[in-house]
Amino acid sequence: MLTFLLKRSWIMLLTALCLTAIVFFLTNIYPNLEKLAKTQGNMRMTDEQVERWLGDRGYLRPMVSRYGEWLGVMPGWTNTDEDGKFTGRCVNPDDTPETASRFCGVLQGDFGMSTVFKEEVGAIIVKKMGLTGMLMLWVMIVMIPMALIVGVLAGMKEGSRTDRSLSTFAITTTATPEYVSGVIFVVIFSSSMVGLKWFKGSAASAMNEITFENFTLPVMTIALYGMGYIARMTRASMAEVMTAQYIRTARLKGVSFPKIVLKHALRNALIAPFTVIMLQFPYLLTGVVIVETLFNYKGFGWTLVQAASNNDIEMLMGASIIAVIFVLVTQLISDIGYVYLNPRIRVS
Amino acid sequence: MEQLGAGGIIAGILTQFVPVWIGMVVIFAISIATKRKTGLYGRLFDSPVGMIGFGLVIFWVLTAIFADLIALYDPLEQISGMKNKKPGWPVEGQEGMYYLLGGDALARDVFSRMVYGSLTVLKIAPTATLFAFMVGVTLGLPAGYFTGRLDDGLSFLANLVLAFPVILLFYLLVTPEIRSTGIPVYLAAVLFLFPIVFLVVLMQTKFSTQPGKMWFWLSIVLVLGLWAYSGLAFNRDPFGVFSMDPNLLNIFVSVVFVNSPTVFRIVRGLTMDIKTRDYVAAAQTRGEGPWYIMLWEILPNARGPLIVDFCLRIGYTTILLGTLGFFGLGVSPESPDWGMTINEGRKLLSIHPHPALPPALALMSLVLGLNLLADGLREQSLKD
Amino acid sequence: MTKSDYDGPILEIENLSISFFTRAGEIPAVMDFSCTVMPGEAMGLVGESGCGKSTVALGVMQDLGVNGKVVGGTIKFKGRDLASFTPDELRDIRGSEIAMIYQEPMASLNPAMKIGKQLAEVPMIHEGASYADAITLALEMVEKVRLPDPQRILNSYPHQLSGGQQQRIVIAMALMSKPSLLILDEPTTALDVTVEAGIVDLVKELGETTGTSMLFISHNLGLVMDTCDRLCVMYSGEAVETGSIEDVFDHMRHPYTQALFRSIPLPGADKNARPLVAIPGNFPLPHERPPGCNFGPRCDYFVEGRCNVGVISMSDVPGKNRDRHESRCVKWDEIDWHAPIAAKVETEVTEPGDVILKIQDLKKYYEVSASALFSSGERRVVKANETLSFEAREAETLAIVGESGCGKSTLAKMLMGLETATDGAITLENKDIGNTEIEDRDTRTVADIQMVFQNPFDTLNPSHKVGDQIIRVLEKFGVGATVAERNEKMLELLDLVKLPREFAGRMPRQLSGGQKQRVGIARAFAGAPKIVVADEPVSALDVSVQAAVTDLLMEIQRVSRTTLLFISHDLSIVRYLADRVLVMYLGHIVELGTTDQVFSPPYHPYTEALLSAVPIADTKIKKKRIVLDGDIPSAMNPPSGCPFQTRCARKSSVPGNLCETQVPPMRILADGHQVKCHLSDDVLEQMEPVITIVAAE
Repeated sequence: MLTFLLKRSWIMLLTALCLTAIVFFLTNIYPNLEKLAKTQGNMRMTDEQVERWLGDRGYLRPMVSRYGEWLGVMPGWTNTDEDGKFTGRCVNPDDTPETASRFCGVLQGDFGMSTVFKEEVGAIIVKKMGLTGMLMLWVMIVMIPMALIVGVLAGMKEGSRTDRSLSTFAITTTATPEYVSGVIFVVIFSSSMVGLKWFKGSAASAMNEITFENFTLPVMTIALYGMGYIARMTRASMAEVMTAQYIRTARLKGVSFPKIVLKHALRNALIAPFTVIMLQFPYLLTGVVIVETLFNYKGFGWTLVQAASNNDIEMLMGASIIAVIFVLVTQLISDIGYVYLNPRIRVS
Repeated sequence: MEQLGAGGIIAGILTQFVPVWIGMVVIFAISIATKRKTGLYGRLFDSPVGMIGFGLVIFWVLTAIFADLIALYDPLEQISGMKNKKPGWPVEGQEGMYYLLGGDALARDVFSRMVYGSLTVLKIAPTATLFAFMVGVTLGLPAGYFTGRLDDGLSFLANLVLAFPVILLFYLLVTPEIRSTGIPVYLAAVLFLFPIVFLVVLMQTKFSTQPGKMWFWLSIVLVLGLWAYSGLAFNRDPFGVFSMDPNLLNIFVSVVFVNSPTVFRIVRGLTMDIKTRDYVAAAQTRGEGPWYIMLWEILPNARGPLIVDFCLRIGYTTILLGTLGFFGLGVSPESPDWGMTINEGRKLLSIHPHPALPPALALMSLVLGLNLLADGLREQSLKD
Repeated sequence: MTKSDYDGPILEIENLSISFFTRAGEIPAVMDFSCTVMPGEAMGLVGESGCGKSTVALGVMQDLGVNGKVVGGTIKFKGRDLASFTPDELRDIRGSEIAMIYQEPMASLNPAMKIGKQLAEVPMIHEGASYADAITLALEMVEKVRLPDPQRILNSYPHQLSGGQQQRIVIAMALMSKPSLLILDEPTTALDVTVEAGIVDLVKELGETTGTSMLFISHNLGLVMDTCDRLCVMYSGEAVETGSIEDVFDHMRHPYTQALFRSIPLPGADKNARPLVAIPGNFPLPHERPPGCNFGPRCDYFVEGRCNVGVISMSDVPGKNRDRHESRCVKWDEIDWHAPIAAKVETEVTEPGDVILKIQDLKKYYEVSASALFSSGERRVVKANETLSFEAREAETLAIVGESGCGKSTLAKMLMGLETATDGAITLENKDIGNTEIEDRDTRTVADIQMVFQNPFDTLNPSHKVGDQIIRVLEKFGVGATVAERNEKMLELLDLVKLPREFAGRMPRQLSGGQKQRVGIARAFAGAPKIVVADEPVSALDVSVQAAVTDLLMEIQRVSRTTLLFISHDLSIVRYLADRVLVMYLGHIVELGTTDQVFSPPYHPYTEALLSAVPIADTKIKKKRIVLDGDIPSAMNPPSGCPFQTRCARKSSVPGNLCETQVPPMRILADGHQVKCHLSDDVLEQMEPVITIVAAE
């Protein structure tokens, strides 16, 4: 078990390194830097001015060493200009060469400054993750029980009318991406056209206080799209288990149908969907980005969009680290959970 | 002229789609008449789910083909006075002409834009999916067949791409800045090579015992393949037949790039399963090479799940393209791309819902059709 | 329903017809089936796959699924029609009054539930017992089915037990509430022969002590003879003959029963002097059944106008000492049942030629990680083959016999070049090929060793036409110069395996199992091989098809003078066709000799047990009963010393702990007869034959 975890951790670390390196590379190619300079400085900067602007801020040094600095394994750059002004990656405005710290990277817990939000990246992430976490939590609370119930009910008696209607429902939801269902929901439930006006078309107020009115639509929009897939997986798994011989054994030793479903089928049928649910988390991220944009809920996804459209390098790097860790941890949980749910693998 | 009522709008739309109706009737009639001879495709017409799915898909395919006949206006044409007009609004100065589904914020015809939107989607989604399959199959077969180091390496790469949040990847890959560095072209140079490699190996293994035939097919594949390759990847087709707009290429490559790892994983899994069969052992014991076994013994027997996944994946790609459009990363700012139209429409959603709804419902129905089609195929392929 | 005293027949099935309703219409699975099971009686239901015997069992359980339906007749359990039971009443008798045991023990136990809980469920449902009481009862039951360490077993999951132990648990579960009727559906088919023998013993004993009636479904006549009092032979949905074991086995009155007995290799059959008689033609598909007698088209006694008209019903076969003997044949009293078998051409004994294959000290070790998922770096060595040495001559049939895990498949893989030897040499006509993988072998060597695979449904690629698959082999081996020549050669090969030429254009799914196996044989012989390795080529086929395929294989071999390495676990067929036999156990060759030497004493104790375990469908044969304890050890964790010492019945005859500590040497007993055993010469000499013929006719 321990060696398995160690091996997995090593692969996770390697994946995280590769991914952040790719993001770093893509955000730091010259045209992107140029864009950064122009949005931060002045739209009408000449090429030389852009170069100066970038050079002064250390952007033009070799990519590898700068990635190392960001990681915190190489000392941050320093520069003393003609006026004797001391600048550097890890230098605060009132630092001198002696007082400035040498390393300031992820390893030191320093994610840098966001150029868009003018704030510490770490602080932004903590704040935004809280908001998005709330959204995700409610999505899970709605989505998982609904998906499992739909899946189990449909798979319990394959080919029955319940199965057909629930399956069609599940397929329809998987065919409706968030930007479609979100738009439809807003039109139906909050536009003046239809006039139901049950919910609010914006979740901006939910950042301060979550109410049924302002949070229902965003949660439903994400939950519905994610639900269909899990429900279909659960249905397939349940239907397969229901045809297994040990279910026949149970039936022929006189176990009643509800007990067959609850005691014999359910546990075996939930092994496969469990991994699916865990692997579904990363995909929810895209949904979160869409929904946060659509409903103007300024969480992690919204921040990601802002950072990406302005090439906010430090912010993007921070966000991608969080996203990657999130993906990898869910994968790990999915693997371990699979093993613990499945006695056949656990003991051997 | 007066604004059309709901009945008038519906009648008008149904009339515009007449070429599609004719096409669908013909296709269904022929398919049902010959369904006992056409294998899996024919059996699709035994399943109601499959038929509905096939109907929806074929509806949009025909719409794309006959877009010029169906649409009333050019998707980019702006007519003054039609801004944000309600569905069924008459066009001033043109007798008997209406904006059947109203006008958008730039006074363009929503109906015509929806019709042309299908063309954009159906030009990209199936081809991009096909390319993703070529890449996934060409890498997934050896990974599943040989396992070991090769598999470890390829699987790591696949998981690397899969661990990337899709949306972040697109934000980083589909930008004018990235295009100016030429990265999409390099990616295209690599990804577009796979179909050629795949076909070359396919021909070489099949005809290795008949050199004459082999060289004949190989030369055809190579000439046509490299010709298309030069045009699509580098835009250097000497005859100017194959070319791709850099923006389109960028999107195309990115979509192929994010789809292939999933295909890779599916193919790898199927290969690992099928290679334990006796007929694979029989091929090995008569001294067949590994690539022959992969392509001619294993791949044909993996086709069932792959076809099903192909349909699902076209749907997924459609959603992906919509997502791109939704974030303003679409093919071109003006194009009637569905995702983009939804994005433009959502700004005034609570006052003028009509520009955003038609493309949203169109996209949903196409994806639903593909999903139902996949479901029907899966159901029918299991019945034997 | 209370378990009241009831002394009428436990089960009465009258004119039962069951159909399945599919998209293609109604498919009759069972037609006009009648049988009666008295208290304490064991009834056998015998027939080939697809004859409807399992459907009868499911009908009795009233568990035919959504598509299945009883369309005629009645099933009475203890005098009451099962159709009149409400769902609740049905649930009441299932598991308490009628219990069932299935073919696949692993699949019939819930993988995510502990054994104890699964057993305890039965009394908890039917007798309202508390969990504690139920577990006590379960413990008793586990002891009764003779499983070691019952407490530990109750606490384990199904996958932690071996196949034999799982089946004992399924039996225990079925007997938990002392049912009146026990249905056993091929309970031992998935198990090894020596394990099967133990299960059969257990079932017989439990049947006798508890007085439970049994319905025993099997395709194996020998097994039915060992376990049942009466039997019913089924063919294509109908019962064709029913009666006591003695009546049906010795005085059969239906041509199908007769043909069935003539097509199975009983002791005395010989490939040259007394060849098997295969049943011509194929089993009819349910929607292609002929009018009149279903067996008509394949019957030797078929009479136009009598056998293929009208409905033929069961008629009584009277006679003294006959017990309710019935036959579904219009001509049963006209046929001369004692006529000798219509002369089948006797063939000359083929003389083996030079040594063509020589194997010396061949070893194959695998390294595997101890656990699949959490590979902790701990590697284990699996010794799949341990110092094998033997020779095979031209035109000779060498049988390799052994149960699962004995290493026979590994040996085949090394011969084929799919694996390379860890040590030792494989010499094919003076060329060492033991370390040459298939990719590095030249075309001639590849063509020289070919293989016939076990599973007919897996042996042909379902995506390519039959003809194309044969042509590909010809192309690979360079047979024929042009496309036309190869095509012609392919058609000749189809002729050779007695398949119609139009099969070339068919897809494999359009062929039956036996036909596929014939294509597999054609493919193996396409490149004029010197050696053909046949890995259980007929074990997955029905009895009547087995004989035809076996004969075909022998015939082609005789003509082409190919060496045949026949891998099998079925000693009956081995005795029938092999010239020499090699017995393997856990990677070791334990005995090697001519067929006569191996099948008569002195034996290796394992060969002796194996011979005793194989059921033989002949009432005139008397067998010595040797039942081995436990299961075959895992090759991952083999016992010390002699591989067989953990189960050997004769271990006590060897002084000291020799068996536990030392691997016995290969001893030469007679010319060409070798045994790997520590037993002293006089013990070996005193061994008695396992099989004796009691009375000659």
